[in-house]
Amino acid sequence: MIGSLLRREWQILRRAKGAVINPMAFLFLSATLFAIAAPALVIQQTSQGASAAGILWTLVLLTQLLALDGMYRRDFDSGLLEQLLVTAQVPFVAVLSRIFMQWLSTGFIIVLASPLLAVLLGLSVETLPATAVALLLGTPTLSLLGSIGASVTVGFNRGGVILALLVLPLFLPTLIFGADLVEAAQAGRDFMPQAYVLGLISLGALALAPFATLAGLKISLEMQ
Amino acid sequence: MFTLNQLCCERDGRDLFAPLTLGVAAGDYVELLGANGSGKSTLLRTLAGLHSQFSGSYETVPAVYQGHRLGLDDLLTPVENLLWFAGLEGATLSLDRILDALQETGILTEAYDNCAAMSAGQQRRVAMARWMLSQRKLWLLDEPLTALDIEAQAVASRIIKEHCASGGAVICATHQPLDLTDKTTLTLTPQLAETAS
Repeated sequence: MIGSLLRREWQILRRAKGAVINPMAFLFLSATLFAIAAPALVIQQTSQGASAAGILWTLVLLTQLLALDGMYRRDFDSGLLEQLLVTAQVPFVAVLSRIFMQWLSTGFIIVLASPLLAVLLGLSVETLPATAVALLLGTPTLSLLGSIGASVTVGFNRGGVILALLVLPLFLPTLIFGADLVEAAQAGRDFMPQAYVLGLISLGALALAPFATLAGLKISLEMQ
Repeated sequence: MFTLNQLCCERDGRDLFAPLTLGVAAGDYVELLGANGSGKSTLLRTLAGLHSQFSGSYETVPAVYQGHRLGLDDLLTPVENLLWFAGLEGATLSLDRILDALQETGILTEAYDNCAAMSAGQQRRVAMARWMLSQRKLWLLDEPLTALDIEAQAVASRIIKEHCASGGAVICATHQPLDLTDKTTLTLTPQLAETAS
């Protein structure tokens, strides 16, 4: 069952590349805009490194928000979600595989692109590994918690704003510890405590999000 | 297959139809009739487990549900769609069986085209192949004849007849009565105002 679910996700990803390219284009464009509009903010200075880390994380959050809006929309509109809830032996697994692929197509690619982003925003080269670690541990939370918001708002025609209101507060712990991790690395301090907290938040979200998403999808399907 | 016991679906706190009591056994074909807005779709969604506002009770076996939205992925081919659906059920299908089913519903030549490029009727035919390939015995069909041409309507009737003959059961909401001799008709009537209160 997992095999066929992941195969479909992979086929879709290959045929609708916009789902990967658009958020990444947004992320790089907005990072470039920051570099152009406020060079003093992102220029490499030890005292200013903190703001560059904050900017990086904020942009990652907004990028995820952009990608999350369409997470279940296509499946909802085509009736695949109904089939999934009616037919799937274990709907939990189906939801989890959807979340995993959503993370793979956004969060994971952001991790891979993080050196480029970090340099663009003026983070020092020594902090690149720490930035990647922070994103690797933090972005799963964004996909998992964002999935809950996306499941509740998928029934609304214009759910984007409500989605932002719902999930951005949930993203705050990840934002705080993620930015703090990069800042600590920039200042040459130990960043393992923040890494542990980010991982902990991700594991907590992993335990909670699939069930909450399922409940949200049921509510959305019932509202029509 | 399923029993309804004084079942009455509600929407926004309003009863949609007079309470239903019905038992359906293997081999039965039930035609669900009623005016627009009489609650046919809601009844089928309730039986599929997609609608939880109802009074009374029902028991049912796991079912194939065919709603207004077909549940086919635009970006996939019919074969890929059917493989995905089989995987959802936890079954593994051979390609031969899939192609046989597509042949029977008359959509074999498009088996490897994207569903997005198909007409509404062609997509319906793919959905019909999906009922046939499912292991589930009970089919809940919501206006399955919409957008089908005469030939495909005959195919749909035949598939439903064969499914009932082989021990399945079908409940089908429709405005075009199917060409089947042995059927139970269930007509949804609006709840009378005085009994509703």
